[in-house]
Amino acid sequence: MDYNWNWGVLFEEEYLGWLISGFWWTIAVALCAWCIAIVVGSLVGIGRTVPNRFIRAISGTYVELFRNVPLLVQMFIWYFAVPELVPDDWGRWMKRDMPNPEFTTAVIALALYTASRVAEQVRAGIETVPEGLNAAAKAHGLSVAQTYRHILLPISFRLIVPPLTSEFLTVFKNSSLALTIGLLELTAQSQQIAEYTFQGFEAFTAATVIYVCIALVATVISQSLERYTAIPGFVGKEA
Amino acid sequence: MDDFDFGVIIQSLPFLWEGLQLSLWLTFLAIVGGIALGTLLALARLSGILPLSLLAAGYVNLIRSVPLILVIFWFYFLVPLVLGRPIGGFYSALIAFVLFEAAYYSEIMRAGIQSVRQGQVFAGKATGLNYWQIQRFVVLPQAFRNMIPILVTQGIILFQDTSLVFVVSLRDFMTASSIVARTEGRLVEMYLFAAVVYFVICFAGSLYVRRLKSRMAT
Repeated sequence: MDYNWNWGVLFEEEYLGWLISGFWWTIAVALCAWCIAIVVGSLVGIGRTVPNRFIRAISGTYVELFRNVPLLVQMFIWYFAVPELVPDDWGRWMKRDMPNPEFTTAVIALALYTASRVAEQVRAGIETVPEGLNAAAKAHGLSVAQTYRHILLPISFRLIVPPLTSEFLTVFKNSSLALTIGLLELTAQSQQIAEYTFQGFEAFTAATVIYVCIALVATVISQSLERYTAIPGFVGKEA
Repeated sequence: MDDFDFGVIIQSLPFLWEGLQLSLWLTFLAIVGGIALGTLLALARLSGILPLSLLAAGYVNLIRSVPLILVIFWFYFLVPLVLGRPIGGFYSALIAFVLFEAAYYSEIMRAGIQSVRQGQVFAGKATGLNYWQIQRFVVLPQAFRNMIPILVTQGIILFQDTSLVFVVSLRDFMTASSIVARTEGRLVEMYLFAAVVYFVICFAGSLYVRRLKSRMAT
């Protein structure tokens, strides 16, 4: 194996700057997408469990649609196809005036994709709440909205913290797909350093180490959140 | 959005079909390799031999915290360097997928192995089977059966993941669609078509998983 090691390349000002900027783009895309995904995903997940059949059907369609198309294809559709499909004025705005088009598109694509996965967790969480609580709420004369607000959601959101943790980690990894539409996030920057300097080993190692650190930090944060939100002694019904 | 030309899809069907075949072939080989290696990793992790289980756990956690695209870049760079000669994009991608997916399959198999009751292992020991015989005849067959729906679901995810070979221009279905899209200037039609094809295949797969689950429940 012929290879000239040169770890110093990572600390040359230009390339170090690329890595740092890539790191911040990765964080920015992932966190923005995650915030949107939590909101949309919760709404869709709740929608899948409500009595209203129409809302259930729409939410179900959303989940199947976004889960069964690869994220890469979704990225491309948002970036290349949507500006052509919307009314002309909007399309022109998206192509010319939208600030930071790669970033915005990547966040939207990643957020709506992640939302479908969050929705499944939310639905599973709501379905794990024992039937008796739902019946008790009805017997007390609570409306559907009140039942969700006071009984189902407070319990289920605490139950789904652990599975959401792993979704949270996945968002950081999936944010690397933003490079396919030209956003220079961490993976793209490391690839670019590898191309410019032929020091692929060093460049990819740097990116790997940074991703591992992101995962570690995210895990530590989530674990303390899990401890804080765990419901002592709760046993859900068998799924 | 006045002039759409969906004829471009029909014209390029043979080209796209070749790409789809590559995607499916890559998926199949990566599933087989991933499950085989993943099972070994799971066994190593549950072996009770400390260095072995730490090593396996370290590998799984490392792979699970980096994005697949980065892993693909890694192996495109590493494989020719280690072997000293280029072996073509397909095999580099295949190695990347097997090593990447093995980490995910090993978590599934670990759960599967743990779902087999301890008493069965004791019974195996009592009948005089050695470790490998117990795994081969008692534990793994049941672990596989319990995990089939999740293994198939992971297979569907893997099929979607193969679209990422786009980043190294390996000509799978996604790359083929995008080549047609660019050369013909028909981005909207081609990407929507790609979405439909992926959707149909993956949705059919998830319906199959649902049926498997309900059949297993009864």
